Amino acid sequence: MNLKKIRKDVAVVGAGMTVFARRLQETGKEMAWEAAKMALDEAGLTLQDIDAVIMGSAPDAFDGVHKKGDWLLDGAGGTNKPYMRVFIGGGTAVFAPIAGWWHVASGMFQRVLVVCEEKMSSVQPHAQSAFGHIWDPILDRPLKPNLVWIFSMEMQRYMYKYNVRYEDIALVAVKNKRNAVGHPCAQLADPNITLEDVLNSEPMALPVRRLDISPPSDGAAAIVLVSEDVAYEHTDTPVWIDGVGWCIDTTMWTNRDLAFPKFVARAAKMAYEMAGIKDPRKEIDFAEPYDPFDYKELQHLEGLLLAEPGEAAIMTREGKTQRDGEFPVCPSGGLLGVGNPIAAALGIKIGELYWQLAGKAGPRQVKKDVRTGVAQAWGDLMQVSSVVVMRRR
Amino acid sequence: MTKKDKFGPPFNPRGKPLEANEMEKIPHIRAKAPAKYAWAAGTAMSRFLEELKNGKIIGRLCAQCDRVLVPPRMFCERCFKPTTEWVYLPGTAVVETFSISYIDQNANRIKEPILVGTVAFDGAPPDCGIMHYFGEMKPEELKIGMPVEPVWKPQNERVGSILDIKYFRPRKK
Ligand SMILES: [Zn+2]
Repeated sequence: MNLKKIRKDVAVVGAGMTVFARRLQETGKEMAWEAAKMALDEAGLTLQDIDAVIMGSAPDAFDGVHKKGDWLLDGAGGTNKPYMRVFIGGGTAVFAPIAGWWHVASGMFQRVLVVCEEKMSSVQPHAQSAFGHIWDPILDRPLKPNLVWIFSMEMQRYMYKYNVRYEDIALVAVKNKRNAVGHPCAQLADPNITLEDVLNSEPMALPVRRLDISPPSDGAAAIVLVSEDVAYEHTDTPVWIDGVGWCIDTTMWTNRDLAFPKFVARAAKMAYEMAGIKDPRKEIDFAEPYDPFDYKELQHLEGLLLAEPGEAAIMTREGKTQRDGEFPVCPSGGLLGVGNPIAAALGIKIGELYWQLAGKAGPRQVKKDVRTGVAQAWGDLMQVSSVVVMRRR
Repeated sequence: MTKKDKFGPPFNPRGKPLEANEMEKIPHIRAKAPAKYAWAAGTAMSRFLEELKNGKIIGRLCAQCDRVLVPPRMFCERCFKPTTEWVYLPGTAVVETFSISYIDQNANRIKEPILVGTVAFDGAPPDCGIMHYFGEMKPEELKIGMPVEPVWKPQNERVGSILDIKYFRPRKK
């Protein structure tokens, strides 16, 4: 792999997102348009300035419309331009911007719009009906699985292997739902939530309880990526994408190590090498790991090599990962607090890194001075991870 | 304080949230997508399913990395070489992880929890197994590392399905 000779540095110069909600009246196209327009407005650009468009969206089954790429095209602003949809399930939120990055880093395009959209409410009665189609038809589906099962099993194995207490995991849900109070798009912000609320919430598939899970959402988000050649024409505070990585493990999930996500570590090492990061714990100031479940924030921090296996729970208990702590994690409020419209989590992962590093996060701005952040997403059949390192220079 | 002062970007994000019952009041279209499928089980899994009918668990050996792959595959995804031989396993297993589920497939709440998890088969590497149900135990008795054995359906009821195993129960000494 050549991670050194990238042709062009790539900066984020604008971001936008819709509100995240259980149901939105807007269509997928309308949501994509709203988010794309906000990102273009912040960058001071119009669609005419954009050379190419990347669309990210998760399973077609949510919409009941195949080939969602062209279904969403007009709202994403891709008409009459080089355009492609990328999709690696939940990992799409951070993978779509990686696809945008390589379009610009290659030197082919100077200004690229990345739009992610998810409308999970169309499928009736619940998004679970669509999730049923991701399991292996021969081995898994006859057992009538619910998608929560696999997370529950992974959480159980993680707790067992690294001796992690449920009470520490539940603190992640408390932190993120409180952090989300400062977010104008938030679906599940709760300034008063306590640890007891999470511990006493109704059992789903134990050890997973209702408040350990992020909700299904509708929403869209977008960012504008530009080449180093034009970045300062658009803003005084470009935020640079200095490292990208991605990696996928086998689809045979019953043959995987469910306690430590090796594929996250591989993706992180790739991104860190590209960014010239040797000691991630010292050189990274804050993180937006993918947190659809509270234990995933911990497991992903460990996969990102920002904590030893099992240590992320202790960091959480000690308050280090709070917004004003020594290593803020999910200052956006994360998927647990802002909502989880799969691919549109772009807005709470890459979007938040951009706003934090540009010093524009308002009441969500972390206390310490931050120069380097890492965002990560996770998806397909719980097997793929995408990682992006961003810096202010 | 305006909304713009109170929140950082994104400023004034748009979108109109709907309550569940509002869906009936706004213009909308309903449809079903009644697609039906018949999946061929393939070379490796067909044999695996046939052996289930016989009350046997079978894997495939990758001579290169010395793993007995269960579920079996005709190639090893790591070595990217053909697997070389069929290996019968005793069928006994160990609980790798589990869940005590109070929801069914469609997220409906259920009273009696489903005990489900993954097992690793004896004779295969750790992490090499399948997902299945557990039975003949109380939820609080289910533990990682517990030795278990399959409980088969009566032979004349087996059809070559993962459901030919009813569940795994604590292994009798
Ligand atoms: Zn092999």
